[in-house]
Amino acid sequence: MATSTAAVGRSIPRLEAHAKVTGRAEYVHNLRVPGMLIAKVFRATVAHGRIRTLDVSAARALPGVFAVYTGEDIRKLIAEPYYGPAFHDQPILAIGKVRYAGEPVAVVLAADAHVAENAAALITAEYDALPPVYDEVGAMTSRAVVHDTLKPAGTFADLKYLKDKRDTNIALDFHLRRGDVTKAFAAADHVFEHTFRTQQVLHLPLEPFACVAEPAGDKTSGSLTLHSSTQSPSFVRAEIARLLGWPDNKVRVKVPYLGGGFGAKVYVKAEALAAACAMLARRPVKYALTMEEQFYMITKHATTLRIKSGVTKDGKITARECEVWWNGGAYADIGPRVTQKSGFTAAGPYDIDNVHIDSYALYTNLPPAGALRGSGIPRLVWAYESHTDMIARELKIDPLAIRRKNLLREGRPQATGTPMRDAALDLVLERLAARMAWEKGFDRGSGAIKRGRGLAIGFKASISPTTSMAIVNISADGSCALYSSTVDMGQGSDTAMAQMVSEVTGIALEKITVVHPDTDVTPYDMATLGSRSTYHMGHAVKNAAEDARDKLLALARDVGLSAETTPIPDIFRKKYGMLAGNIVGVGSFIPPYTPPDANGQTENATPFWMIGATGAEVEVDTETGEFKVTRLVNLVDVGKSINPSIVETQISGATVMQLGFTLTEQMNFDAGQVTNASLADYKIPGIRDIPLMENEAVDANQRSGPFGAKGVGESGTFGVSPAIANAIDDAVGVRLTSLPLTAEAVFRGLCKKAGKPLKDH
Amino acid sequence: MSTNRTITFTLNDAPVATTVGTHQTLLEALQAQGLTGARESCAQGLCGCCTVLVNGTAVSGCLYLAVFADKADIKTIEYSPEGQLDAVQQAFIECGAFQCGYCTPGFVLMTRQLLDGNAHPSDDEIKHYLSGNLCRCAAYPEIIKAVKLAAARRESSRQSMDKG
Repeated sequence: MATSTAAVGRSIPRLEAHAKVTGRAEYVHNLRVPGMLIAKVFRATVAHGRIRTLDVSAARALPGVFAVYTGEDIRKLIAEPYYGPAFHDQPILAIGKVRYAGEPVAVVLAADAHVAENAAALITAEYDALPPVYDEVGAMTSRAVVHDTLKPAGTFADLKYLKDKRDTNIALDFHLRRGDVTKAFAAADHVFEHTFRTQQVLHLPLEPFACVAEPAGDKTSGSLTLHSSTQSPSFVRAEIARLLGWPDNKVRVKVPYLGGGFGAKVYVKAEALAAACAMLARRPVKYALTMEEQFYMITKHATTLRIKSGVTKDGKITARECEVWWNGGAYADIGPRVTQKSGFTAAGPYDIDNVHIDSYALYTNLPPAGALRGSGIPRLVWAYESHTDMIARELKIDPLAIRRKNLLREGRPQATGTPMRDAALDLVLERLAARMAWEKGFDRGSGAIKRGRGLAIGFKASISPTTSMAIVNISADGSCALYSSTVDMGQGSDTAMAQMVSEVTGIALEKITVVHPDTDVTPYDMATLGSRSTYHMGHAVKNAAEDARDKLLALARDVGLSAETTPIPDIFRKKYGMLAGNIVGVGSFIPPYTPPDANGQTENATPFWMIGATGAEVEVDTETGEFKVTRLVNLVDVGKSINPSIVETQISGATVMQLGFTLTEQMNFDAGQVTNASLADYKIPGIRDIPLMENEAVDANQRSGPFGAKGVGESGTFGVSPAIANAIDDAVGVRLTSLPLTAEAVFRGLCKKAGKPLKDH
Repeated sequence: MSTNRTITFTLNDAPVATTVGTHQTLLEALQAQGLTGARESCAQGLCGCCTVLVNGTAVSGCLYLAVFADKADIKTIEYSPEGQLDAVQQAFIECGAFQCGYCTPGFVLMTRQLLDGNAHPSDDEIKHYLSGNLCRCAAYPEIIKAVKLAAARRESSRQSMDKG
């Protein structure tokens, strides 16, 4: 068996680098298939209303239109056309009522995209308005109810109690209880309480959602192939099969590269409508969104977070109470999971004996919210790390010192009771402090320009229990293919997985290909999300590669050759008399997990912890409130890096994305309508918006991880927002508690501080 | 709706005759030719994913009407007369200047155009010139490194050609 030098731990370029720089990498948004029809959607113009009339006659009459379908047409194909990962609450097209402005109401199919678009513009609808609810806290008690009854999907055992619950907007209420906060607050030297808010934003991958559905035959005897820009091919297959009443193997989902995902393209998105249209039309149908339409597909929750702490006079936190309200929009998507899986870390990476967390997923009449890079974590860190600094400031304790005093150390129980293992919180904090030269002097600026600095640290649990499978296939010529349903959406998973196969088998990287997700070919994977692939799929790939290697060694022994010294082709030649046959190794992985009890307590909440911290330096103009982030220092614990240079781009990419959510990005609404649904009016970071950045993955080891590794895609997001807010406060003594952080908000703060508050709008 | 016109143009050195609607964009016309290196994203000329060269100048293919390309010389990211990567593409790979790759063709074409006019751009000049291209994966630090590496490589190959 040929051996190569170590593959894991090397910064090799991405396997698909050549295809990407020559414009030849494939994306579904560019895909055309013969006979394809284009789908264009007619969307609701009110946030909450019963559909009184829906007139598609002019659209149907437009020359070139193949068909126009409404919710009632979809029902002829699928009696209950509702989908979703946590709740079966989202109709493929609106039925009876609409629940947010932008919701799909009807669809036009035409061979020519412009004809389809023009026809969609000829559709008219009238609505009997229903009272809307937009605010997440208001939704708790609002008389306006988005869904008449709750319809949990049944896939998550802990949601079953919600089945058929009526007249509520609460899609999940998660509670964690540890110790006795009431007693601890009473005994505390100080009690602090603050409320924070975050705005609704969205993923905005540059390749908008796209799915091409190709039917073969009809519903009783046919099958369906979906080419989709999805992060979760296995889920899409199962969910579309469920809708059509088919076994899974009649739906095939193929995924090339994704032009970005960031959590947008998980579960079912464009696929349900594309599939239904293709089955009704019996023609291939492409449903590819425009940039504007992405604002109506999936977003990140706006949140309100209340946090209260009991603290001793020397800064030890003895009790913490958190209430989090997640504005889930009109359909639950994966919001209830965010509410729980993120919610249980709402008290922060601190060693607190008494913790009380209530976390609520709420329906409102806004575009649906799901998971976005970091899931709920960046918003929780925003709250608890702003709060931590506010306490430190009040008690005149250094921000670094108060964190050192309270940080969760190795082996100590987190709020769930799960002991911290391989979570380099202290190392990350200390490396950040060292890089910031925190304990040395700091230039505080002069004249109208004041300088400040801040830091923040957060942590995240991984998604569990979830399954990954992989196949490693060694050909007689010594080349090798990895079959995995992990989706490479830019994070470099193809490359990292190939490095692992090379490391185990000794086969050179150039001889390894990664077969892209194709549910007829590649085995099951839960999904590419939550930074789970390196760990979960990494284990499955490692297991499959070890299985293949062991089988190859056995084959060599069988034919009397030394596997260590014989080239692979010679082993096959000896066995089969020619270059024939192959070795197939299989691997699977599911980490151990213990579900939480009624108080949110569990011995094993997560297979690993992700740690991220950011230090920020800012300059604030005290005359205008304008501020500039001049430096960001990002520290993460990713265990051992499989590919250090790709890890670094993941850290800085995550940081910059969160910088956009911190400073400029905000979906604006007027009566539930998005008023800035374009890149002209919704500002994402460009090349001129990047401050001086330093990134470091600390020297750590995830002992339970494949090759000591764990996930990296999200950790860079955790600390960004509070680090900047803390730095602004440090510079000018103005505390901002709502995102995004704007010059206007700083200026208002400066005026208020000077005793001359400005009038509100 | 609109009328059709037959236009002719040179696409990556090959002659093309095609019929387009007067409302259709150059991006649509190129995709109809089977080229997908220029991509739709924002459809407002703000992100640079659809960048193509018309008579040597970069334009947003999503805004540029196909009929205006009549008789023009069109080049796209797929153009590769030497059949190998140029210094810019090579530098983008070595610096890891992309993640998902959707915006990469636009960045490569704009970087070439930048270096054609300014062999040694400063950081500020690079940022200014590439500010019309967006990368949601935010590989910006690596892109700036790649532009500088490509500039250095182009310079050294010019010098070796001068010597040759």
